[in-house]
Amino acid sequence: MNDTRPNPIRAVLQKPWLWAYLAAGLTFAATSLIAGSGAGSLFYAALTFASFSAIVGIGQMLVITLGPGNIDLSIPATMTLAATLALKFMDTQTALILPGLLVAIGVGIGCGVVNFLLILLLRIPPIIATLSASFLYQSLAIWSNRGLRIKPPEPLADFATGGALGIPNVAVVGIALAICAWLLLERAIAGRWISAIGQNLRAARLSGVPVNAVRFGIYVNSAICAALTGFLLASFSGGANLNMGTEYMLMSIAVVVIGGSSIGGGNSNVPGIWGAALFMFLIVSMLNSYGLGAGIRLILTGLVIVGVVTLASRKGYDA
Amino acid sequence: MSFGPVHALRAASLTISAGECIGLVGHNGAGKSTLANVINGRLTQTQGAVRYRDGVGELRNSQNAQNAGVRSVFQELSLCPNLTVLENLRIPYRTMPRKGWRRAARQKMIDALDLVFPGHGIRPGATVGNLTIAERQMVEIAIAFADRDREPSLVILDEPTSSLDAAIARQLLDHIKRFCAAGGAVLFISHMMGEIFEVSTRIIIMKDGRIVDDQHASAFTRSSIVDAMGHVAPDDDSADTDQTARTLGAEVVRSPNGLNARAGEIVGLAGLAGHGQAEALAQLYFDHAPKWKSTSEPDVVFVAGDRARDGVMPLWSILQNLSLTTLPEFSRKVMVDRGREAGLVQSWQDRIGIRTDNLLNPILSLSGGNQQKVLFARALASSAPIVVMDDPMRGVDVGTKKEVYQMIRDEAATGRSFLWYSTETDEILECDRVFVFRAGHIAAELTGDEITEENILHASFEMQEAAH
Amino acid sequence: MTSDRLRLLLPVLSLAVLLGAVFYLQPRAMSYFGLNLLFNLAIPVALATIAQMMIIMVNDIDLSVGTFVSFCACVTATFVHDTPLLGYAILAGAILAYAALGALIQLRGLPAIVVTLGMSFVWGGLAVLILPSPGGASPEWLRTLMTLKTPLVPIAVIAPLVIAFAVHLLIRRSWIGVILQGVGGNERAMERAGWSVVRLRATSYGLAGLFGVLAGMCLVGLTTAADANIALRYTLLSIAGVILGGGEFVGGRISPFGAVIGALTLTLAASFLSFLRLSPDWQIGAQGAILILVLAVRLLFVRKEATA
Repeated sequence: MNDTRPNPIRAVLQKPWLWAYLAAGLTFAATSLIAGSGAGSLFYAALTFASFSAIVGIGQMLVITLGPGNIDLSIPATMTLAATLALKFMDTQTALILPGLLVAIGVGIGCGVVNFLLILLLRIPPIIATLSASFLYQSLAIWSNRGLRIKPPEPLADFATGGALGIPNVAVVGIALAICAWLLLERAIAGRWISAIGQNLRAARLSGVPVNAVRFGIYVNSAICAALTGFLLASFSGGANLNMGTEYMLMSIAVVVIGGSSIGGGNSNVPGIWGAALFMFLIVSMLNSYGLGAGIRLILTGLVIVGVVTLASRKGYDA
Repeated sequence: MSFGPVHALRAASLTISAGECIGLVGHNGAGKSTLANVINGRLTQTQGAVRYRDGVGELRNSQNAQNAGVRSVFQELSLCPNLTVLENLRIPYRTMPRKGWRRAARQKMIDALDLVFPGHGIRPGATVGNLTIAERQMVEIAIAFADRDREPSLVILDEPTSSLDAAIARQLLDHIKRFCAAGGAVLFISHMMGEIFEVSTRIIIMKDGRIVDDQHASAFTRSSIVDAMGHVAPDDDSADTDQTARTLGAEVVRSPNGLNARAGEIVGLAGLAGHGQAEALAQLYFDHAPKWKSTSEPDVVFVAGDRARDGVMPLWSILQNLSLTTLPEFSRKVMVDRGREAGLVQSWQDRIGIRTDNLLNPILSLSGGNQQKVLFARALASSAPIVVMDDPMRGVDVGTKKEVYQMIRDEAATGRSFLWYSTETDEILECDRVFVFRAGHIAAELTGDEITEENILHASFEMQEAAH
Repeated sequence: MTSDRLRLLLPVLSLAVLLGAVFYLQPRAMSYFGLNLLFNLAIPVALATIAQMMIIMVNDIDLSVGTFVSFCACVTATFVHDTPLLGYAILAGAILAYAALGALIQLRGLPAIVVTLGMSFVWGGLAVLILPSPGGASPEWLRTLMTLKTPLVPIAVIAPLVIAFAVHLLIRRSWIGVILQGVGGNERAMERAGWSVVRLRATSYGLAGLFGVLAGMCLVGLTTAADANIALRYTLLSIAGVILGGGEFVGGRISPFGAVIGALTLTLAASFLSFLRLSPDWQIGAQGAILILVLAVRLLFVRKEATA
């Protein structure tokens, strides 16, 4: 505590996101060594899949930053619902791509509003509110989907799977959103408010922070991020399906925790989201290239989460 | 005994013998609760020792205290509201025989309640959460006197009658007398003078962490007690010299409980700690601050005294902490205007003298007093016409206090109103008008020359006998 | 009427209303066989709900109940069936793992939501490893027990009530239950009185593990086979059951009878929805809606209690 003068090297080493990138780099090296196939294509795939995790992760991170108990469990259902409705609306017509995107975002806004109203009006913990609401969204998605698999419009599918200069388009979207999130948290007034609420809700309220407005915005934002991810993912994989969101429940929380954000709230870490998203994809592909099955993958992801939360706890709670 | 840099208790030596009832009185922060907590072993002294009747040296104090039969009842309720009355007896009674414990606990609970509060009407099977505050307090007291594996030898009661009505309080006082006559000892902390005189065989007066007087109860009168515990020595006598007359404007705020202030007025909230002043101020703030929208022209700002609970953002730098309230005022758009922020914070550092070489240091690197200055600056930097201050001078050194008093007077002269809760008399003496709180209500309103330490103390302490 | 009874009134009333509606729609359900069908899966759901209740009792929430029950079902359908000794050892180990998790959460002050969410993937992964595709078989004695022909009322109705009574004795009557509830009610008071909260939290997590194991075993006894996703929905069902039964998320206020009746209500709700010829698409959503509805009704109850 005595020597608090900034030291550039120490400052970088103390960045919590460093570890996520280090881990991602190591798994990348280990995977390309085993797989033998081009490191370039692995990198491209990692960027693509990591962007989906990163976008939902950004939404979840802002929610978690609001402090203990704040978590959005409706992300998978929102993703599925937004993707299903948007693809159905576009009905493979190129002209409807932009309105389709608006439909997806509109679904996101709707889900976010419902989530927050449940939290505010029924005064139930966010975890239960978002979980029970997610079952409504899921039913809506099942009902509208009807087992049909509607393809995305051709140009949209091309956009989602394509890329330029070795960078996938979806990664460009993900990085742009990460930059926006970073600006919001580090430079905007609202970012200060989010962090203040996460550190101490009562003190934030007593300092004039409009707490309800901020919380409302964050929950809606998380749902919009989920809806956008659903839209992109469905376009990427050639259609929406009912299980497309399932793995993003844990993924969205995992990238936040591994990325170095404090699970206790108040302290978020945007660069870490991308590092963790890359790591989460690479570890799966590493286990795949070592020939390990889905079971082991699930177990290891779960253990990584529990391990990281345990290791990070001392830091988070002493601060 | 010390908390951080502040000595809460120093060189206090006290012997309690069987059959004694000791009345413990003192100002806020005089060290009463600390003394009680050292005796019951919840806090460990930094120097010296606590010896119990049949104390074995090897155990921790808390265990020794338990073995010696030391029981305590504090104001913060230590019952489990989801359990029944008899189940709550099971929690401190850890070695209770397991077979038929429910019947035994029911009987012990009935016995204890009948003993202390005859005719209480509390069923041992009732869930504690459904009882009134008074009933919960009675249960807690009864558990302390209940027959467990050991007889209670010393019972510490901290403001036990605060939520009891007169008749029930009477029963408790009678029981304390019976208990002491039978060879038990009681340490009785209260602000009710009548009660102190009624039950105490000995009265101890504490001030600034020391025992300043310890004599037989008959050696005191009510006024001599007030005299002995009062007068937190004024630092110098300049306090009331520059009380320049200000012209006060119209009333700008009035709360349902009668609290009010006029433009340019400094209104004090006095009384013993925990008598509803902080709650009244927080409520007043919440009633005037919007939850949904932010404004660059807030009506009211808040200076926290309980820094950890109400003020400090522990993860942030000094700069971020200081600018939090004024962010929408100095930055016109959605982004933080970092140039103006730095300028504002710098100017406040110069004005209020925050001792640091770098404003980007974490707020927790500052001493308590300097953290408090940051919270002061956070609120005063705003343009809000009403400033609410919840005992904001804790841990602030004398020199700074003088500067802050001057700053408050200057700000008041420009038409700002201050609502100022303080536990320190010399701060209350700075005010134009004072509301004295007792038990959550305004007990007295003093203006001008009426604002004296004696008047405040008389209003804070119940000077009458508990009405029968 | 005490408030405890009042709390129990809401789940009992909802169950009665629902049961009445089912009988009105389908009078033939009012028979031994009909009841058995209506409450088919009530036993495992009730056990899973009790498991969740043990966690909510100490102010945490367990998001891994569903995958844990699936895991236990897979172990039962394979190891317990083939090599009983090893199978029971695995299940005992799982209970110990649960207890260790409780201790870890208390020791490091971890958010139970995240830890159990992570664990849900561990249990899910283990289940996939054990049973990559649906299969296995129920141990004979379990099958016999689950299909027991009890007189007058089918076992699917009797067993949950017996379970509720047993848990009521353990949690609401015995001293250990009182101490465990105390952790939810006032953790600081427990510490002050000298109890080890680490040990207590580990105990309640261990009990949750035990009831999770029982739920998995009974489930296999009923379905005679298992797969890795067999009980995923139990996570929501169990939380909803506890809350529906008058439990609170914080404060250690729980009721074993309420929780079991809540579980019965939810099982019945599923049957009711299918009697309504509501398309299966809406079943999940309807359960979510019921949960939200109950929480809204509860809010009214709580408000009344506060104003009364």
